[in-house]
Amino acid sequence: MEILRITTAGSVDDGKSTLIGRLLYETDSLKIDQVETIEEKSKSLGYDYIDFSLATDGLLTEREQGITIDVSHLYFSTPKRRFIIADAPGHVEYTRNMVTGASNVDVAIILLDARKGVMEQTKRHLYITQLLGINQLVITINKMDLIDYDEIQFNAIQQEIEKLISDYDWTPNCHFIPVSALKGDNVIAKSHKMPWYKGIDLLSLIENLNLDETVHGEGLMQVQHVIRPKTEEYHDYRGFAGKIKSGRFNPGDEIEVFPSGQKSKIKSIEKYGVKQNTTAIGENATLLLEDEIDASRGNTLVIANNNLKTEKLINAKICWMQNESLNPNGKYWLQQGVYKCLIKVKEVTAKMDWESWKSVPTDNLNMNDIGEVALQLAQPLLHAPYHKNKNLGAFILIDSHTNNTAGVGFIQ
Amino acid sequence: MNTLSYLEEEAIYIIREVVGQFDKPVLLFSGGKDSIVLLHLCKKAFLPGKIPFPLLHIDTGHNFPETISLRDELVKRYQVNLHIGSVQESIDQGKVVEEKGKYASRNSLQTTTLLETIENLKFDACMGGARRDEEKARAKERIFSVRDDFGQWNEKLQRPELFDILNGQIHSGENVRVFPISNWTELDVWEYIRYENLEIPSIYFSHQRTVFFRDGQLMPCSDFIHHNPNEAFQEHVRFRTVGDMSCTAAVPSKAADLDTVINEIKGSSISERGARMDDKRSEGAMEERKKVGYF
Repeated sequence: MEILRITTAGSVDDGKSTLIGRLLYETDSLKIDQVETIEEKSKSLGYDYIDFSLATDGLLTEREQGITIDVSHLYFSTPKRRFIIADAPGHVEYTRNMVTGASNVDVAIILLDARKGVMEQTKRHLYITQLLGINQLVITINKMDLIDYDEIQFNAIQQEIEKLISDYDWTPNCHFIPVSALKGDNVIAKSHKMPWYKGIDLLSLIENLNLDETVHGEGLMQVQHVIRPKTEEYHDYRGFAGKIKSGRFNPGDEIEVFPSGQKSKIKSIEKYGVKQNTTAIGENATLLLEDEIDASRGNTLVIANNNLKTEKLINAKICWMQNESLNPNGKYWLQQGVYKCLIKVKEVTAKMDWESWKSVPTDNLNMNDIGEVALQLAQPLLHAPYHKNKNLGAFILIDSHTNNTAGVGFIQ
Repeated sequence: MNTLSYLEEEAIYIIREVVGQFDKPVLLFSGGKDSIVLLHLCKKAFLPGKIPFPLLHIDTGHNFPETISLRDELVKRYQVNLHIGSVQESIDQGKVVEEKGKYASRNSLQTTTLLETIENLKFDACMGGARRDEEKARAKERIFSVRDDFGQWNEKLQRPELFDILNGQIHSGENVRVFPISNWTELDVWEYIRYENLEIPSIYFSHQRTVFFRDGQLMPCSDFIHHNPNEAFQEHVRFRTVGDMSCTAAVPSKAADLDTVINEIKGSSISERGARMDDKRSEGAMEERKKVGYF
């Protein structure tokens, strides 16, 4: 069975936790003891109905305040598919969590309250979704029961969102569903209360979404670990193990080591000690070479005569994620996959202004800001624009004092 | 890619990151099914080489004997070194005090022994078989989870984890807990055990055992748990988790092999940790224990 990874985003009180709680409940992913805990807690809080959000809000502070403050990972399955949900919170101050939750997914489900329509938060969720290049978008318009399942209001919200999306250089597959998470309309079965809605229910939709996973480009693997058994049997064995970031490798292919530029040929390919004929993208592989060349962790093996760019100066969009502001004179570690090098911030040029929805000049970035920067690298970086290859275009910045993950970057 | 291959790729990538980023990693090994799966993944990650780090078992002294004998067998089979941190020694040295009363368990005492062993042996990355689907506080856990020099988890200061980029930079004295099978579910673990034909302790399969009822749960009779001998009776049971004998309840079961166990789990309406008394102490029991350094 295939795994589908989903992130969910919504504003405060859009009923996101309730929606997920219902998906878990209706697909029998919650066990009796978990359901009993939720029922008891709902009763003790004096609610008239079962509060499904109690299934997903994992931390004590969240249950006390009735809000979600951290990315939570939830699992459920149907006979058709396995699902992993990264549930990201809706609060402004936790925008970094949405970026985090959205970095590892195939599909984004964005929730809106039908009564309120498009909010500032919705715009920000759309912005982040396009920044991360997510191509499957499910806009779930919730609380339809509270607007008497009104088609006109639903259509108005749909048009407003389509207009917002058209402002970006981004053409996702976009699906709109009117639901009531509380009442269960269009969540796991089609509701009779909205005969005007011609689409399918949320669960059927995510069960049947087609994912295009092809990432083109030259065969490229960052060396994660060099396997040297140093035993009698494998005396001269040197296997370069890592994850295939793009393209594929076959025995006989001529390769080049970055940054040394040394060349060799692939003698054989293994995976977990077993011989393979080729490699596949996203999979771990061990490459054995014809010549004894020097390559270590963080080096890249790439098909020779490629068109990849290596530069020491890069332009990127950055989402700042830590409390301490970006220090324009500071040094940070850049980590792209397993490759790390020191960087200096050369220039901060602009940031997104969440009120005017325009890029405005700035020389600083604070937590939750998304800005444009030029970075000077201590070593050259083998890269591609993020929208062409996520594996080569994404990186994190690590604060060299706190060691925290200070920001995430998308190479332009 | 099917579910098991996807999860295996992800776990092995994480295990290799641990070896790449840390000086002295260790695998926390309880002898339960999750740590056996993790041990097997560690072996695959470095084939045809050997596993380049030792195992650490925190021994409560209240183990199921079946778990300990398989642990020792696996240590030989996988050619790894085993360190043991003894809760009994921590008690003897007066560092922790044994709990009293009918719910007395050594489960929470393990934390002190664990933190001390990590500090003494200077481990900087401790891999464990915890999964996010087990418990709601664990659903928020990162793959690389930084602990301060008191071993504490601060849920509000977790590092964001983006794409497959894992930030293992720490200050000296800190360590990282790593959870390579974070995204696996209980069923995935069982299906992987079947797929890879792994040996697990016999108590996971149906067997006859002397048990008694406590708070609606079937508890195994042993020297480590207070009970009235008149309450005891024989029942066909198996265990879904393998913890300290004093806090792990059994479930009635006739499932004697992998296929029937897997079918039973698919049809079960009780969660895996529903039979763990340590989680039932309070609503935030797991979160509270994680904050002070529990597994």
